[in-house]
Amino acid sequence: MQCVVTGGNVKVLGKAVHSLSRIGDELYVEPQEEGLALRSVNSSRSAYASFLFAPLFFSRYSIPRGLNFRCKLAIKSVQTVFRSLATLEKTVEKCHIGLDEQKDRLTFTLHCKHGLLKTHNLSYQDSESLEAVFDKDSCANVFRAQPRVLVDTVVHFPTSLEEVTLTLSDERMWVRNHVEDEAERSKAVLTELCLAADEFDHFDIKLHNSITFCLKEFRGLLLFAESTGLPVTMYLDEPGSPVVLSVTDSVLEGNFVLATLSDDHYLRQSNRGADAEQTRPPDDFMNDDMDAYLIAMDSSVAPGPSTADPPSLAAFRKPPAPNYRTRTYSEEEEDGEEDPERPPDKKFRSLFFGSVLPPSPRRSSQPFTTQEVLASDSEEDEAEAD
Amino acid sequence: MPLSTQSQSEDVQDVLVANLDNARSLSNILKAITCKDHAIFTATANGLKVTVEDCKCMQANAFIQADIFQEFTLKDDIVVFQINLTVLLDCLNIFGGTPAAGVSTALRMCYRGYGYPLTLFLEEGGVVTVCKINTSEPEEPIDFEFSSSNVTNKVILLSESLKEAFSELDLTSEVLEITMSPSQPYFRLSTFGNSGNAHYDYSKDSDMMELFQCNRTQTNRYKMSLLKPSTKALAISCKVSVRTDSRGVLSLQYLVRNDDGQICFVEYFCCPDEEVEEG
Repeated sequence: MQCVVTGGNVKVLGKAVHSLSRIGDELYVEPQEEGLALRSVNSSRSAYASFLFAPLFFSRYSIPRGLNFRCKLAIKSVQTVFRSLATLEKTVEKCHIGLDEQKDRLTFTLHCKHGLLKTHNLSYQDSESLEAVFDKDSCANVFRAQPRVLVDTVVHFPTSLEEVTLTLSDERMWVRNHVEDEAERSKAVLTELCLAADEFDHFDIKLHNSITFCLKEFRGLLLFAESTGLPVTMYLDEPGSPVVLSVTDSVLEGNFVLATLSDDHYLRQSNRGADAEQTRPPDDFMNDDMDAYLIAMDSSVAPGPSTADPPSLAAFRKPPAPNYRTRTYSEEEEDGEEDPERPPDKKFRSLFFGSVLPPSPRRSSQPFTTQEVLASDSEEDEAEAD
Repeated sequence: MPLSTQSQSEDVQDVLVANLDNARSLSNILKAITCKDHAIFTATANGLKVTVEDCKCMQANAFIQADIFQEFTLKDDIVVFQINLTVLLDCLNIFGGTPAAGVSTALRMCYRGYGYPLTLFLEEGGVVTVCKINTSEPEEPIDFEFSSSNVTNKVILLSESLKEAFSELDLTSEVLEITMSPSQPYFRLSTFGNSGNAHYDYSKDSDMMELFQCNRTQTNRYKMSLLKPSTKALAISCKVSVRTDSRGVLSLQYLVRNDDGQICFVEYFCCPDEEVEEG
């Protein structure tokens, strides 16, 4: 396996590694015919990210025919190779990635200015192919924005904030900080931004709803998008099904798949019905009449999309995550066997991975029926506590 | 100038008097050798040498030539005392480490002799602080018997090129291996960490390489914990000379330019960690 990256692409590769480091502790490397895939997943498997660098991204890309090699490395050690992104652009002329199967080492060689040669021989572990199953084309809501627009949006939220909620309508998108439960809600600072459809390059919303997902990983992708200047496309569907963020270029593709908070749809149907549609206030912003706009501003607390926040979300407690650290793909299915007395460890649904599934891409909705039960437990706990 | 109006009678008894317009020149270079608290001060007519040692395997020396001081008076041929370097640095920065532009702390340093404290008069903006730091019995510094006639390999590099390597060093590696050779890889720094190994190779023809004199291939390992403090000296230096002698003892000499453009030196000696089979 021989990959050679030159010039500005070294920095792009470095940025990709840094942005993957926001997801998980391990970097999965998979050289394929169609390019070099770099992937990562977080410990609770609720976030997954993948970059595919096409052969044209490299000034040389050759893998032996029929090479079936996959490995994972500690992402920290790969970050060391691309330590300072600022100097990377100035000093590195060429980056060579090679595989030494005898010694089980993946070698990164950086040819720098002034004849300095940096060689990193990193040990790796063999691994299964890591691939999340998602089908972004079937998502009801799609929008594309310049990275700047999104960076300027998330900059208003503190770094300590874990999740944001996007609320979508035909003409607008609201972004606000997600607050865990009602008690906190009265104390917390609520921040809400509204972006009009014309801020986006593309805005196609079929389903009006609110989606809550983690901000940290979102920021990870923005880090990459901003430095490469590539527009970010977001694919969203119903609450609970994953959101896909993607950046594409002629020579690379990056997909971040993030779990979203379920709004407990099935359970709450009886008392809420098609909640998202019903509780949603009429969009005051729809009329482009200035007065209406001002009224909306005045009374922003009441009719804003915040009220659409279904109270059931509060049932999802903070996950004491560590349990999931050691999990493997197949354990996903054992989730149902968990102690029913215990509240669920995670509030986000894990993404389902390809290694235990038939390779055909399909929506990962039905394996999670067991999760719903777990959610209902916590619901009851809540009720008893009250 | 309050400092110059100090009573002359006191001076008569002092074996060492040194005046410096800008105390930062001294504190900056002393910072570059702080790895242990205790430092041995040796003053001779040439200037001041400050020595710090660690584990009997590493020694850091800072040389401040006599002409860097505005006044440097010695009553004896040689004056030696030991002092707590951390305390001394705290005193030198008593007016705050980074003064506003154009303001500098003036220093007058006096030592009356064996058993007496080191007295510092520090003045900034008309305010004078007097610090007395107890001195202790000087230990005999280790003589590494490093003589230039015994040097096997020597390279001089611009510090800039080494700074990058040292800032990226894999600290999970216990040792830093230095290879110097008349043939490839010429000058190589290697680490062996948890996640694999890394090599930094400097070409002998690089424009960062000012001098390349290697006679024989030598590979030696040095404890990372002992060499890591030298990064502080590297950071303030503009050139570094890396030498090894036939026993593998490493000498790192840093040329440091202070705020006024004067030149000082910092030197590190380090014993090799273990024998490495060559070839």
